[in-house]
Amino acid sequence: MSTLTSQPRRSFPRWFRDKGWRHLVGVATSIFAVFPLLYVLSAAFNSTGTLAGSASLFSQISGDNFAKLFGNEQRPFGRWFVNTMVVGLITSAASVFLGALAAYAFSRMRFTGRRAGLLSLLLLQMFPQLLAVVAIFLLLSGIGEIIPALGLGSQLGLIMVYLGGALGVNTYLMYGFFNTVPQSLDEAAKLDGASHVQIFFGIILRLVTPILAVVGLLTFIGISSEFVIASVVLTDPNNQTLAVGLYSFVANQRTEDWGVFAAGAVLAALPVMALFLFLQRYIVSGLSAGSVKG
Amino acid sequence: MPPTAKSALEAMPDGGPQQPGTRQPAPPRPRRVPAASRRGPDSWKGTLAKIILLGLVDAVAVYVLTALFLGQSWAVLAIAALVTVAINWVYLRPGGLPAKYLAPGVLFLLVFQVFVVVFSGYIAFTNYGDGHNGSKDDAISSILTSSQKRVPDSPAYRTAILEKGGSYYLLVTNPDGEAQIGTTESKLEDAAGAVKDSTGKAKELPGYRTLTFQEIVTHQKDVLGLVVPLSDDPAAGTLRTQDGSNAYVFRSNMVYDKAADTLTDTDTGTVYRDSGQGDFVSENGEKLATGWKIDVGFKNFVTAFTDPELRGPLLSVTLWTFTFAIVSVLLCFALGLFLAITFNRSDLKGKKVYRIIMILPYAFPAFLSGLVWAGLLNPEFGFINNALLGGVDIGWLTDPVLAKISVLVVNLWLGFPYMFLVCTGALQSLPEDVDEAAKMDGASAWRIFSSIKLPLLLVSVAPLLISSFAFNFNNFNVIYMLTAGGPRFEDTTRDIGATDILITLVYKSAFGVGTGRDYGLASALAIVIFIIVAAISAISFKQTKALEDVN
Repeated sequence: MSTLTSQPRRSFPRWFRDKGWRHLVGVATSIFAVFPLLYVLSAAFNSTGTLAGSASLFSQISGDNFAKLFGNEQRPFGRWFVNTMVVGLITSAASVFLGALAAYAFSRMRFTGRRAGLLSLLLLQMFPQLLAVVAIFLLLSGIGEIIPALGLGSQLGLIMVYLGGALGVNTYLMYGFFNTVPQSLDEAAKLDGASHVQIFFGIILRLVTPILAVVGLLTFIGISSEFVIASVVLTDPNNQTLAVGLYSFVANQRTEDWGVFAAGAVLAALPVMALFLFLQRYIVSGLSAGSVKG
Repeated sequence: MPPTAKSALEAMPDGGPQQPGTRQPAPPRPRRVPAASRRGPDSWKGTLAKIILLGLVDAVAVYVLTALFLGQSWAVLAIAALVTVAINWVYLRPGGLPAKYLAPGVLFLLVFQVFVVVFSGYIAFTNYGDGHNGSKDDAISSILTSSQKRVPDSPAYRTAILEKGGSYYLLVTNPDGEAQIGTTESKLEDAAGAVKDSTGKAKELPGYRTLTFQEIVTHQKDVLGLVVPLSDDPAAGTLRTQDGSNAYVFRSNMVYDKAADTLTDTDTGTVYRDSGQGDFVSENGEKLATGWKIDVGFKNFVTAFTDPELRGPLLSVTLWTFTFAIVSVLLCFALGLFLAITFNRSDLKGKKVYRIIMILPYAFPAFLSGLVWAGLLNPEFGFINNALLGGVDIGWLTDPVLAKISVLVVNLWLGFPYMFLVCTGALQSLPEDVDEAAKMDGASAWRIFSSIKLPLLLVSVAPLLISSFAFNFNNFNVIYMLTAGGPRFEDTTRDIGATDILITLVYKSAFGVGTGRDYGLASALAIVIFIIVAAISAISFKQTKALEDVN
């Protein structure tokens, strides 16, 4: 930091007491935060491939691991990537839609059971779906006997399971935002003869786009990291998501395929991190409203 | 929320048709609207969309109902029919608007969140798991099939392997010279149109493709797996082939006596009886591997709390779950708050850079973080021991105490950015004048923080701390990816370790590798978690007065 030279009038101790220590903390925290990420990046480009091979960071740069990653037929990384995108996008889009429908009802209509409904959603939020993973597994295996397309091993079945958690997590967040859109808008539109569907799609949904984006993004990030239910439901390597597939890389022999795993980890993390940093501002607004990533 | 919401609204790149600057977009283009109607007419487009969507749903429903009817699952059929009727009623009746908007989400919620919890409760009272998967009849027929041995004087059935639509069939020429075909799912039946070769062996059947020797070798597993029942009676035995050219009769050495409800081993004469526990057990206590599902009452809970193999470890796991969740929240909050205060200076250079770097761990997918740290901390080959510490052998993940510390540090790495963001937001929304008034009164910086800022901050952050606690209570990914619960306890043969939390224990009991699957016990443990979480949330609800927001 060259503050010292640029502000010659202030003495170093004073500058340090005022601001310097803050930089010290900042640098230390940054190292803590960024070191594992640099490490995995370095391992991805290290052609030695095993965990033991890396004595120093970025000692060599090679694309071998990436070539191996896409050449492995037992572990189709490309398929996992596509699967994660498909499951994540469909789930988040559908979650946003279901949540918005419910939030609209809770925010704009008065009906018996409204208060109880909101309260139970608030309560359900506390019980993550992964607690019932055994029951979900058995339920899907039962469903699969009747409709194989929705049973164990099917991504559609997995998406349905995820949608079960959509309302509990999102409605409350959206409900708060829907309330900030003035009611007078709906009433004006109603007077002009718009139906409730037209008000919902034409006015409300357009005004609450920020929260739709936040909820969709958080859902996508959460789903792309979800391991428990996905690992139980998706058994065929061709069907699996990144979380399940990449785990299988290191589950058995942690040290053997390390370089290839690191390459996969880098590629898997990049889109999510890019999305996250690019849209930080909106995500942070969602965070402070009470949503925990996971 | 409102301030951020507003700015976000303005900055949204694709916020629908509104212009970037305009706050309130004009209502949608006025449609052909008869001014007299107050509720607004249903446009023909809307009606059409409704008919199509409902039609699709009903089409699926009819398919499901038919499948259920054919499968003779009457109870499920009744429920599915009721649901179908309810959906149609909700969308076809006039009025009842809220239900129309709530129905889709609530349907998924009821099935995959509420029902599965109730179902977990049921499973917790059964012995469901490996060896206890189905009904008693399934178990008996499975025992009869699995205990089959080749009948010593069985005649050879000359065999060809056929293929149709990806499934394999056994085409045999029985000792009388007749061609017969069958597969694992369907018993042996006459194959009239079979083409025979010069020796009288059936080799082809129209509609099927005969496998060459080469193909038989490649699909060896499928071919060896063919078990063709001779008749509907499992006692009659099955045909199996070991080489793809000759099949032999295999018959069970077990005989089921329906009247006495016993299985008898004809080789040894041992009699196995229904033990009442979902198993067949012999006089001297020998249990057959395949049992069936029965209700066992509170047995799973009793096992969890009294079995010496489980009681001690379960207690440590529960304690550690609480410790892990509480310490994680406190550490993350402390570091996050400290950093928020440190960087809460508008004139600090490089603040934005620090901020972005510090968010990185949070943006990194959580399941990968655990795996990456597991590599870093690996005692033998890990980067920390080998490169940073110059080849020392510290058991970061293998020593019980160090493993716990490692888990906490990794979770701190994962969680502090969230707390940093939250605390920064909360600090910035604190009123400045309180700060200044305290300064005027001569309060020290520490006094201002501890007596004024922190209490004010806690008001807005406390609910987030509680939800963060609830999240960490079930933070499966960090534990499972980093240590998989290890190092294992030495006083038990079960797969339970020092860093296991309750939810990883549930997962490992139900789907663990190497140890048998015990769905009943896993569900019982899940129910225990439910009760704990429910108690915590009941307390927190009272504390945070979240109820007041709902009106």
